[in-house]
Amino acid sequence: MVYFILKRLFQSIFVMLAVAFLSFSLFRFVGDPVSQMTGVETTVEDRERLREELGLNDPFLFQFARFTGDLLQGDFGYSYRTRQPVAEMIADRIPATLELGTVALIISLLVGIPAGVYTALNPRGFVTQSILLTTLVGVSIPTFVIGIMLIFLFGVQLGWLPTFGRGGTVQIGGWTSSLFTVEGWRALILPAFTLGVYQLTLTMRLVRAEMMEVMRSDYILFATARGIPWRRLHFRHALANTMVPVITIIGLQFGGVIAFSIVTESVFQWPGMGLLFLESIRFVDIPVMGVYLVVIAFFFVLVNLAVDLLYIAIDPRLRVKEAA
Amino acid sequence: MLDVQGLTVRFPSRHGDFTAIEGVSLSVNPGEIHGLVGESGAGKSTIGAAVIGLLQPPGYIAEGTMTLGDVDLRNLTAAQAHQMRGARISMIFQDPQTSLNPLMTVEDQLIETIQAHEDISTSDARTRAIELLEEIGIKQAATRIKAYPHQFSGGMRQRVVIALALCTNPELIIADEPTTALDVAVQSQVLDLIKRLAQTRGIGFILITHDIGVIAQITDNVTVLRGGKVMEHGPTERVLRAPEHPYTKALMDAVPRLDKRVERFLVPESDVVKVASPAGLTGADAEAWLLDGVQQGGADLEMKDVTVRFAGTRTSLWTKPEPFVALDSVSMQVRPGTVMGLVGESGSGKSTMAKVITGLVSPAEGQMTLAGDPLPAAKQRPRDHVSRRLIQMVFQDPYSSLNARHRIGEILSEPLWLYGLEPDAARRRQISAAMLDLVGLSADSIDRYPHQFSGGQRQRIAVARALLARPRFLICDEPTSALDVSIQAQVLNLLKDLQARFGLTILFISHNLAVVRQMSDDITVLRNGKVVEAQRSEAFFTAPKADYARELLQLTPAITF
Amino acid sequence: MLARFWHSDGFWMLRRSPAAMIAGLVAFLVIAGAVFAPWIASTDPYDLASFSLMDGLLPPVWQDGGMAQFPLGTDDQGRDMISAILYGARLSLLIGLMAMVIATVLGVGLGLAAGYYGGRFDAIVMRIADVQLALPAILTALLIDGIARGVLPSEMHGDVRVAVLTLAIALSLWVNFARTARASTFVERNKEYVQAAMIMGQHPLRVMFRHILPNILGPLLVIMTVDLASAILLEATLSFLGIGLPADSPSLGTLIRIGMQFLLSGEWWILWVPTLFLIALVVSINLLGDFLRDVFNPRLH
Repeated sequence: MVYFILKRLFQSIFVMLAVAFLSFSLFRFVGDPVSQMTGVETTVEDRERLREELGLNDPFLFQFARFTGDLLQGDFGYSYRTRQPVAEMIADRIPATLELGTVALIISLLVGIPAGVYTALNPRGFVTQSILLTTLVGVSIPTFVIGIMLIFLFGVQLGWLPTFGRGGTVQIGGWTSSLFTVEGWRALILPAFTLGVYQLTLTMRLVRAEMMEVMRSDYILFATARGIPWRRLHFRHALANTMVPVITIIGLQFGGVIAFSIVTESVFQWPGMGLLFLESIRFVDIPVMGVYLVVIAFFFVLVNLAVDLLYIAIDPRLRVKEAA
Repeated sequence: MLDVQGLTVRFPSRHGDFTAIEGVSLSVNPGEIHGLVGESGAGKSTIGAAVIGLLQPPGYIAEGTMTLGDVDLRNLTAAQAHQMRGARISMIFQDPQTSLNPLMTVEDQLIETIQAHEDISTSDARTRAIELLEEIGIKQAATRIKAYPHQFSGGMRQRVVIALALCTNPELIIADEPTTALDVAVQSQVLDLIKRLAQTRGIGFILITHDIGVIAQITDNVTVLRGGKVMEHGPTERVLRAPEHPYTKALMDAVPRLDKRVERFLVPESDVVKVASPAGLTGADAEAWLLDGVQQGGADLEMKDVTVRFAGTRTSLWTKPEPFVALDSVSMQVRPGTVMGLVGESGSGKSTMAKVITGLVSPAEGQMTLAGDPLPAAKQRPRDHVSRRLIQMVFQDPYSSLNARHRIGEILSEPLWLYGLEPDAARRRQISAAMLDLVGLSADSIDRYPHQFSGGQRQRIAVARALLARPRFLICDEPTSALDVSIQAQVLNLLKDLQARFGLTILFISHNLAVVRQMSDDITVLRNGKVVEAQRSEAFFTAPKADYARELLQLTPAITF
Repeated sequence: MLARFWHSDGFWMLRRSPAAMIAGLVAFLVIAGAVFAPWIASTDPYDLASFSLMDGLLPPVWQDGGMAQFPLGTDDQGRDMISAILYGARLSLLIGLMAMVIATVLGVGLGLAAGYYGGRFDAIVMRIADVQLALPAILTALLIDGIARGVLPSEMHGDVRVAVLTLAIALSLWVNFARTARASTFVERNKEYVQAAMIMGQHPLRVMFRHILPNILGPLLVIMTVDLASAILLEATLSFLGIGLPADSPSLGTLIRIGMQFLLSGEWWILWVPTLFLIALVVSINLLGDFLRDVFNPRLH
């Protein structure tokens, strides 16, 4: 078990190093950092001095090591566009994205898992067929179109909900939260739903497929032959076994939530990291792009490590050693 | 107690209703072990499923009555039927590896089963569960009960399965191939347990199996099925000793006997309507072609001190995992033109031997020679080494040993092309067709796909593929264990014929001692990767030297009458 | 051949599934329309001379002011909406298909080799896949686009747009193929027909491509369908975010982005015509994917 965790930890560190390397290569090779930082009037000597100061003449691996070291110490460099420290810019935006992503993920799980279970247990019913068709259409509509439709319906036609921004926010420590005001929640509903729909359909289809697989297994057949009450059979036996593969995929889906948050944030002008990333792409603001990558990969790796721990909690085969 | 009359089960399908069971009647009394025996497709398991009310949809009971005591099993609501399951009828499945919920402890599974049918406190249920486990032969049940299924060995797990079926005191237990996945030693313990439970607790058993040996060993009465119909039924001893129905007679003739060797099984050869090969070549031509290449006859093989280690699964970062020793300094000598029987339980290293010889696994130590020439280990053996052709193999599972996406013609002509035996494509096709004729298949099979053939026919195709390499050493790894007895007899006859005609050397790997006896000139017994005994076959079966070999022979279910 | 297809299980299932039949028909019509757009469409939306501002913002024919010449109306530039969506679908499908093919070749190749050889090679491929997974599709695509902007001089952006977009989408989809191909290869590799081929001394490439590949095509075909749908969606999303294709050679996504500007005004058709067209296309591809999944599920036979 300890070995399993350590192995996963090493894999995670590898992923982080690879992403850091990607980010570093971006910074180093896409465009010339010096010409980005200086104006036309800077002399050649000044440029050369800056180059030396930045350590751009050092050996490549040495530069990468220093870059990684800086990242670890929270020194993320400066934006080409705003000249602000990137760390501050990102830190300002993190709460908005995390709140949006978390609420969306919760929506997708709260609806997706029960719907998946229901459709797996009643595979031929009318309700099931309707749900399946709806979700199929759901995965086929681009996230931004769902956003537009929601804005059009609830924002423009009905005028019930705000269509952009975070609404009322509260400062808690360094964290700007919209979870503590009614206005904040009202602003959060549409974007979170938009972001959650796609994950919801994926979760539902996955739970359904896995559950149907489990329902056909020998141990469910045996439990049926022993007359275990249906409710217990479905939830204690079948659902628990379904969750083992499902949580792995949900962990991987977290990446999808983050990615689509870029789209959602763009549609709803939600001031999160995704919007920042889009702006940085538009202006080729390499340091911000690079750091965004590292931060996203970090969250992804963190969530998947947590999933591994959950895995161990659920599955005794990973927890308890084999014995004769 | 259980009385089934005129049971008919149908499965609706695209081509109209398929009748899986037709007019089957049987009855089981308390304490009786009633065997249901038959080959695949006989409908044995369907009867069991119908009785317990778990027919796979869309199957349905079309006709017949089923009563258990005073309860009409066909007239139950879904809820009543579910209450009946466990409480009065229970079931044991084939594979103990998959029939327990891996996420729940044995204790949880036992207690929930007891509480599902009885209003009883958890601690009382636990006490009963522990008593039951002890009765069934699990030591230190009070602590072992806290364990998860994966912490038990195969045989112990099947005991847990039996405990689960038993814990609600049912009157009838349907055991569907309960020992098929187990080794002989464990199988005999489980069978003893079933027999004891029938006697002491008066439970009626329906024992579904394809193994006549198992039927002979523990059942009181037997029903012989074929194609969903009852062929014959009666007291086991009478039916097996003096079968009345021609099918039962043929079945008994096809069963390999542990106590004697027969030269040929008395079974009808395959009932294929033969179509002449397109080029007019027949089995005789294939035979001539083969003899052209194997004038030298079979090759001898010698293995000396071969040791195979597999890396263990890593569980710690600092200590290197213990390697798993699959073969421990194994030596074996196969005489040219003879059949060497390689026997052992699962995990004994039989299949690893085949892999070492064919070059799929590299031994850590040891030497091998084939026909006097050194046979390099897998890592040093070039792809075009002559042994690649000389050594051929027939596998266990005819359903996976032929590539499902290739036509028979492509499968058969591959060795001819690969080894450069026949440069001309048309000629390759002719020889392939002739070879099909030789192994007893119609030559027009050449344009079909493997899924259009039965298991026995596929095994014939696999043999044909092996022969088309002009081999001098043939490895047969459990070639008949996936086949029905009558088909097994046909395939064994084919192998015997070919061996006699071409003087092939064969390494015949099997866990089934009765089959091995029919085939082998010599015997090597493996246990945990070590050779326990190596002998001439007849000497081995009449007077085994090693204790383990003697035990193995004793425990193998045999027809003694 | 035709008769065999007609009697095959797959076709039998198709005849029993009206949803799959309709989906097949819609997908066929859209693809045919896209392929033959230059012959079907009344105007060439890329050719500024073929339309006129005078015809701008005409509603569909059934609304007041609609003209029979433009059945689904025109956009603000005076482009015929039907021509625009046909050409747009052509571009979207082209990018989607190319991306899918590249992703398939790359992913299946690596997955097969990883599953076949196992060991260190497998570990390396899977770690790369891990990294790719940590950077999801949209992110990868955006990133590659960003790099292209940084590396290439700005006047070249327009020319390499399609290539950059295709590559970006392909790179974000290959992992799916690689993981599936690897998992299936692991299973197939231990089957006896593969062992037989290995024992015979066949070349690893022959074993992989001639023996294993045909046996793992089923699940891969399902992924190909589903990923074609994702590729089209991804292209639309990127174009919507304004980093996909420019307005002078609009894909479906670009058309939707343009239509967004008219969300609040009365010209609803400029937004909803391409949107509904896109949804119909993707829904039908996904329905076909679902259908294929059933066909390849051995339990349903």
